[in-house]
Amino acid sequence: MAELLLTLEHLSCERDARPLFSGLGARLHAGEQWQVQGPNGSGKTTLLRAIAGIGATARGRILWRGRPVQEDLWAFRRSLLYIGHSPGIKGALSPLENLAWYRAMSAGTLAEDSLTALAEVGLAGYEDIPCQQLSAGQLRRVALARLYLSSAPLWVLDEPFTAIDKAGVAALEARLGAHVAAGGLVVMTSHQEVTLPGVRHLDLTAFPPVFTEEEEGAYEG
Amino acid sequence: MKADASNFSRAMTGAFGATLRRDLLLSARHPGDWINPLVFFLIAISLIPLGVGPESKVLAVLAPGVLWVMALLATLLSLDGLFRSDYDDGALEQCLVSPSLLYFTVLAKIVAHWLVTGLPLTLLSPVLGLMLSLPGGYGTLCLSLLIGTATMSLVGAVGAALTVSLQRGGLLLSLIVMPLYVPILIFGASAVNDAAQGVTVGVPLAILGAFLALALALAPMGASAALRVCVDSD
Repeated sequence: MAELLLTLEHLSCERDARPLFSGLGARLHAGEQWQVQGPNGSGKTTLLRAIAGIGATARGRILWRGRPVQEDLWAFRRSLLYIGHSPGIKGALSPLENLAWYRAMSAGTLAEDSLTALAEVGLAGYEDIPCQQLSAGQLRRVALARLYLSSAPLWVLDEPFTAIDKAGVAALEARLGAHVAAGGLVVMTSHQEVTLPGVRHLDLTAFPPVFTEEEEGAYEG
Repeated sequence: MKADASNFSRAMTGAFGATLRRDLLLSARHPGDWINPLVFFLIAISLIPLGVGPESKVLAVLAPGVLWVMALLATLLSLDGLFRSDYDDGALEQCLVSPSLLYFTVLAKIVAHWLVTGLPLTLLSPVLGLMLSLPGGYGTLCLSLLIGTATMSLVGAVGAALTVSLQRGGLLLSLIVMPLYVPILIFGASAVNDAAQGVTVGVPLAILGAFLALALALAPMGASAALRVCVDSD
């Protein structure tokens, strides 16, 4: 049995006081790839942000290696690579400068070889060009270059394939597969079909929001 | 355990340095962002003699207050952008999830902000003091502005963090920050006033220094907490 990395216990999330899902529970092991599913507005991004630790609105518990995340934030954040909806790339800086900042912020969990990583995501020759001159897909590729540098076991990826072409998606899926095969854990959302073998699905519609009496009163008011 | 602690402190200084360097680089590539407040400072003060009249006696009385008020407004003008671009492009989210303590990241951003607004403002002020016929106390003017603009950058960061998720937070930001700037303005302007009249200025300067120490300890913490709440709720 693979090591249990991430446990979600009775997780409930809301956005702007509107409940999205409740009572969500899951046990995520090393070597697994999870795709969070649900229609637009069902709380996929909110769940990923809650796992990453952005979003105090979550009720319930998140455990990392069997311990609540808050008990050892330093260890958890070094185990985490989160790439959100916005790529988090500075337009005035070059891809190399952007990655250099991420490396300094990562407390040693990002490797130094940015040039190779940029070549892997198809940006060889663009290393020193300001990112504002890149296309949307290339901008996302700069952010995704971190996938080739990170030694963090837990990858939380929100729509990583947005604006990426078919060949790029295939290359990224291969990278995710390699990470999972090496004992990593991937939690992601995607509106595209993910073709990886053994991908598990976490369907948010299976955990509909439950209104407590008190909350119902509040909504009527 | 000891190795872990040294790893930790190395990671924090690394994050501080990298964020400071990044923000200065961004300022160098987008000079408009920090030249705006400086030009405002310059223009507003050059207009005073035109509006009030060139009488140097009158100007000398007004000079300390005018210099300080304009420095305050110029700082206020520059605050809105402090976290805005990081919020818009998702870099702020990455700061929140990174292992580096938000305190150091925020402190680095504030220091970078001061280096491109408060410091040039201070360096410009003696020239503008001459224009307003400030009779003396140029050293005090610089010293008080040096301390005062740093305090204003720190305090302003809390306001900027609180309003970061609002699209038009400028007015709210001013309302939050202005009352906190009033004591800095009072003691700063009175220090320059005293110096211009040849009185000793130890007390107001010491109080300004105390404000700076307090802001340095508390403001990055307040701004970090505000950023966590605001980025959460969007």
